[in-house]
Amino acid sequence: MRTIHAYPVRSALALLAPCLVLLSWLGMPSLAHSATPEEIGLKIATDASDKDDGFGNFTARQVMVLRNKQGQESRRQLRIKVLEVADDGDKSLTVFDEPRDVKGTALLTHAHKQEADDQWLYLPALKRVKRISSSNRSGSFMGSEFAYEDLSPPEVEKFTYRYLRDEPCGDLTCTVTERLPVDKKASGYSRQVVWRDKDELRIWKVEYYDRKDAHLKTLTIGKYKQFLDKYWRAGEMNMVNHLTGKSTVLSWADYQFRTKLKDRDFSKTGLKRAR
Amino acid sequence: MRGSAARYPLVLTAIWLVALIVAVDAHAEIEFAAWELSGRVSLEGRYFPKTGIDPRHQSSHTTGIVVEPKLYVEDLEGRSATVVPFFRYDSADSVRTHWDLREAYVLLYGELGEGEWEVRLGADRVFWGVAESQHLVDIVNQIDFLEHPNGEVKLGQPMVHVTWTSDWGTLEFFGLPYHRPRIYPGRGGRLRFAGLVDSDRVEYQSGAEEWHPDFAARYSHSFGPLDVGVSVFDGTSREAALVCAPPTCDPTRSSAAPPIFIPYYAQIRQFGLDAQLTLDAWLFKFEAMHRSGERNLLGREREYVAAVVQGGGFDDIVGLYREEEYVAAVVGGEYTFYSVFGSTADVGLLAEWNYDERGRLALPRRQPMTLDNDFFVGARLSFNDVQSTEITAAFLTDASRATRNLGVEFDRRLFDQWSLHAEANMILSIDPLDVQYVGRRDGFFEFHLEYNF
Repeated sequence: MRTIHAYPVRSALALLAPCLVLLSWLGMPSLAHSATPEEIGLKIATDASDKDDGFGNFTARQVMVLRNKQGQESRRQLRIKVLEVADDGDKSLTVFDEPRDVKGTALLTHAHKQEADDQWLYLPALKRVKRISSSNRSGSFMGSEFAYEDLSPPEVEKFTYRYLRDEPCGDLTCTVTERLPVDKKASGYSRQVVWRDKDELRIWKVEYYDRKDAHLKTLTIGKYKQFLDKYWRAGEMNMVNHLTGKSTVLSWADYQFRTKLKDRDFSKTGLKRAR
Repeated sequence: MRGSAARYPLVLTAIWLVALIVAVDAHAEIEFAAWELSGRVSLEGRYFPKTGIDPRHQSSHTTGIVVEPKLYVEDLEGRSATVVPFFRYDSADSVRTHWDLREAYVLLYGELGEGEWEVRLGADRVFWGVAESQHLVDIVNQIDFLEHPNGEVKLGQPMVHVTWTSDWGTLEFFGLPYHRPRIYPGRGGRLRFAGLVDSDRVEYQSGAEEWHPDFAARYSHSFGPLDVGVSVFDGTSREAALVCAPPTCDPTRSSAAPPIFIPYYAQIRQFGLDAQLTLDAWLFKFEAMHRSGERNLLGREREYVAAVVQGGGFDDIVGLYREEEYVAAVVGGEYTFYSVFGSTADVGLLAEWNYDERGRLALPRRQPMTLDNDFFVGARLSFNDVQSTEITAAFLTDASRATRNLGVEFDRRLFDQWSLHAEANMILSIDPLDVQYVGRRDGFFEFHLEYNF
């Protein structure tokens, strides 16, 4: 009896849902008129974050090519595993393959939305797991132009936002939004300016301004691919440092979504298994 | 060649190779999901500015080569096997020319309720603890004393290592069926006693000798910013009492031949605690242990001389050793200044205090020095450049004696696969009453040119 009874209730809800969506869509223009640039900026960031919800987990390979002013190159190769955590920051495990002297070194991060992230480093030569400070967010990642904070997924709660303008970016139209770190001490930047396309909310460009508000670095992102018909992931990220003339190209390959990864692979025991 | 102690890796290697060939042959149709060969080859040199205590046999410099490859295979279920042989050639000391199976284990794991189980079967290396100046609670592996006196390098330990991880933390059990004695430098080697240590004759308290089954267990967990571990070890000590007994070693008679000490391993029990609190750029560290069963002759020198004069044998002399029980601790911290002076470099400052309840009766454990009331201060300068240039300095001073050591290390990657390591270990001053006084002339410089593949 109950199951038969439940069916019409659910279908009624299913019918109601599009109406609610329609209502909110109809309500949007009026909201946009009254919304402040701060509210619009926050909404863009929240929508982008919501859009990425539910990916579960993924693995990928990263190759970094570091270039100095004279054009000399140096390579880094890494493997990354990411696990989505409901209501908190993601868990990630990064294993270094190159340079070879740090091969097998692995970094485990339990990111948090509010408090500081938890990080452990595995040193294969000593088979030692070391809890490390996660406050070094502005430091260089492996001598590259990427800082640790440039590579960690930007939790919405860690910034305040201000929508600046719309402008064309390639064939698309982008929103240009400024974001400021909530914890000013935890970031090496006073602000970042972010270009996102209006269709899929993908980031195409970020300008980083240092604490003296000088334009320090520019990140351009491209070669996007869509996975599981939903999740967009970048294929190439190019970071240029305007002060030093150095640059780093980070290429992503072999994305695999919804693998067999489990929460337990992101424990200290799992970290020791990384290789 | 030396005796049973040196033969061990050979036996284990043979067993492992046979097991591996059988396993691979039996599963010839199975496709390995991944396999990988990596490792390092290192050209090394050591230079001792001062003449050794035995200038007839010891030289002021030594060169050598280290080969340490690593083979890893993994099947589709995630089961894996790891083999890490190690070989060193040393130009000055035939004993330091040695080899070992650092690792040779299979790893299996799977789900267990809400958590998981993991089993490592074979020879492996295990690290416990948080401190930098000494690894107080770390006990599962014997150290490879021939490699470096800092006690960081370990011999492979045969074990059954079972781990159970869940929401409440990690519980580990270690069954350790075989004891690896420490190997001491030979006649041509530096960083040794005036005498030599007999590696052919190793004495054990247990009648089962090196086959005494040792056990260890550890519980560890992270509580927010706090990482804690409690551990217990019951079995054969990793530190030997070095017994000087006639006829090979007679302190009452002077002889042309150097005295030969006999290592004696007692049965001990150790309880350990290690904790680290990580707050912003601060790391606060604490390790403590309680150990019982270790043997010590310090304070019984008179009885010892009397026994030797009366012609007492090895057993009589070992009977004189006190069975001791003591507490030791290390407490300290680390603070890092990131991106100093607007550069990309980080500066880390470290300070630790080492305590041993036995005070002046303390004996060395994993390093050839006593850490009874010793302060350690260190600095680490990381340039965070493309070559990962790093300089560290460590200063150790005995608060109750005039013994001071300074170590400086330099690391830099030259090209993608080549890296350079240089270090200076200087003995600034040493108290004549110190156990490590025999090493007073053994400050040294060391260089590595390493190729990583």
